[in-house]
Amino acid sequence: MAATPENLSNEKPEGRWEHFSHGADIGIRGLGPTKDAAFETAAMAMTSAITDLERIKTRETVKISCRADDDEILFYDWINALVLEMSVRGLLFGEFDVHIEGSRLTATAAGEAVDVERHDPIVEVKGATFTELAVYRNDNGDWVAQCIIDV
Amino acid sequence: MDPRQLTKIDEYTWRIEPDAEHPVPAIIYASEALIRDMDDKVYEQAENVAALPGIVGASYAMPDAHWGYGFPIGGVAAFDPDLGGIVSAGGVGFDISCGVRALVTGLTADDVRGVQKELADDLLATVPAGVGSRGEIRLSALEMDAMLTGGARWAVKEGYGTETDLAHIEEGGCMSGAEPEQVSDQAKKRQLREMGTLGSGNHYLEVQEVVEIFDPELAAAFKLADGNAIVSIHCGSRGLGHQIGTEFLREMAVAAESFGIHLPDRELACAPLRSEVGRRYLGAMRAAINCALANRQIITHLVRQVLARVIPKASLDLLYDVSHNTCKEERHIVDGVERHLFVHRKGATRAFGPGHPDLPDAFRTSGQPVLIGGSMGTASYVLAGTEESMHRAFGSACHGAGRLMSRHAAKKRWSGRQVVDELAERGILIRSPTMRGVAEEAPGAYKDVTDVVDAAQAAGLARKVAKLAPLVCLKG
Repeated sequence: MAATPENLSNEKPEGRWEHFSHGADIGIRGLGPTKDAAFETAAMAMTSAITDLERIKTRETVKISCRADDDEILFYDWINALVLEMSVRGLLFGEFDVHIEGSRLTATAAGEAVDVERHDPIVEVKGATFTELAVYRNDNGDWVAQCIIDV
Repeated sequence: MDPRQLTKIDEYTWRIEPDAEHPVPAIIYASEALIRDMDDKVYEQAENVAALPGIVGASYAMPDAHWGYGFPIGGVAAFDPDLGGIVSAGGVGFDISCGVRALVTGLTADDVRGVQKELADDLLATVPAGVGSRGEIRLSALEMDAMLTGGARWAVKEGYGTETDLAHIEEGGCMSGAEPEQVSDQAKKRQLREMGTLGSGNHYLEVQEVVEIFDPELAAAFKLADGNAIVSIHCGSRGLGHQIGTEFLREMAVAAESFGIHLPDRELACAPLRSEVGRRYLGAMRAAINCALANRQIITHLVRQVLARVIPKASLDLLYDVSHNTCKEERHIVDGVERHLFVHRKGATRAFGPGHPDLPDAFRTSGQPVLIGGSMGTASYVLAGTEESMHRAFGSACHGAGRLMSRHAAKKRWSGRQVVDELAERGILIRSPTMRGVAEEAPGAYKDVTDVVDAAQAAGLARKVAKLAPLVCLKG
């Protein structure tokens, strides 16, 4: 059930993202040639659960950093850091630039304040979960980063 | 789920037998048809919970059980601290103390129909709902801590409601043992502008009509009469609860090994009740319960303002406020002995029966109201806890319908406008800041809640009292 891609997009030249289903919630999956790219495209998948990426203008940039010894927990922390920033600052992010070195992630997320009229946001993301949480290289050599987000 | 995997105890009770790894059974309360519709993940998750340290009795799944996070949604499990029992952040869920509150309006449905559009528009304008909506209330650090300690009691003190409301809320409106100092600054920051907001997803505010009475005596005890109008509010602890869930899930997942707990699924992240992290989580989770109670109290105040403008004769008395994502310290009789247990209810409602000491006077003889929300545009139900429910699953019942279709599939199948128009033809007015969100919550995307409550009654979890049909629905 969870493995079925529901949506496919090639929004970013160095990767792509898709959604997969989980009962009441949504699976986000980012794929790319590097771990950095997979984390970036997965973040795009999260935003795409809220609104269309092309509706978001990049007026503001937020810096994010997190640290975890485990790639999967680092991904959990990355998505949850974005959820926290969106919630506290009232922003939506459309562009991401991630750099992972060992256990440390530094990133920028660019976007703008929520405009209900223009963005028509569908759901609020409560957080990333451990369900279907995985960071790995697939048979094509691409990096994959995924989890279910609770909405 | 294939029912042949289970031992059939009776028509509505099914069991996964214990084994060396699972010291207690998992018990699923459902009809055979509901079992067949259940995700196989419910089997796996209910069985996983049966292996957690200190579990007492059984790992239970309610008739609306579906695939959750570690615990199934619709899962109930009790743990004994004296037996190394655990508390699990996943067993409570991200939306801590999400729940339903129902208010009796003193109006008939016809009173509402006369001003239905005006009422719907005013609710949309007054109650903040959806992504990016902000509450009017800004709390200082001191006020935030007072809210997290006081819950609805704090809200009433601030002028959002009356003392009478408090007697009709679980815990008298204030969860004891809350420790605001265990709530992170990030969680408090997320809540700064979210007091009195509905949220999004399956959260709603509805004006409903009582369309059927199943038990006239209990209906009278709950002040429900055929044709009356009711207001129901479904929401939780907002950003604060989500952040607490996120942080403790991570901390418990990383720490589990250090407690010698081997998790078959990291989402089952838990810690011994008597560990430092376990105690901190309990303090923070109880603060989040108070946040949810305060939030529903403030929304009640906003609804009262709307009704005072639109139908001034409305009274809006609180029937009850129940939470369905909690871990509560309770006393239960197990094999004839009273035990002090921590009962997790993840997508399950308390259903305490008559005479329970924790019930307010108004429900001492009837048992507590159990409020079951349907999906947008479909029926909701009021049930009552029974003597039997205390012995079935620690006084617990179902909480709602559960999804049938993914959000993506629903959005492909319906447009929000189409859903709104079709419901309007049936006399139901939908208001929402997002038409795409309405499509995701289309009534057809959910299971039939009627099957779920029928199974809950047949399994002895609760007794049906009344059926409610929507007149106005505000979706976040």
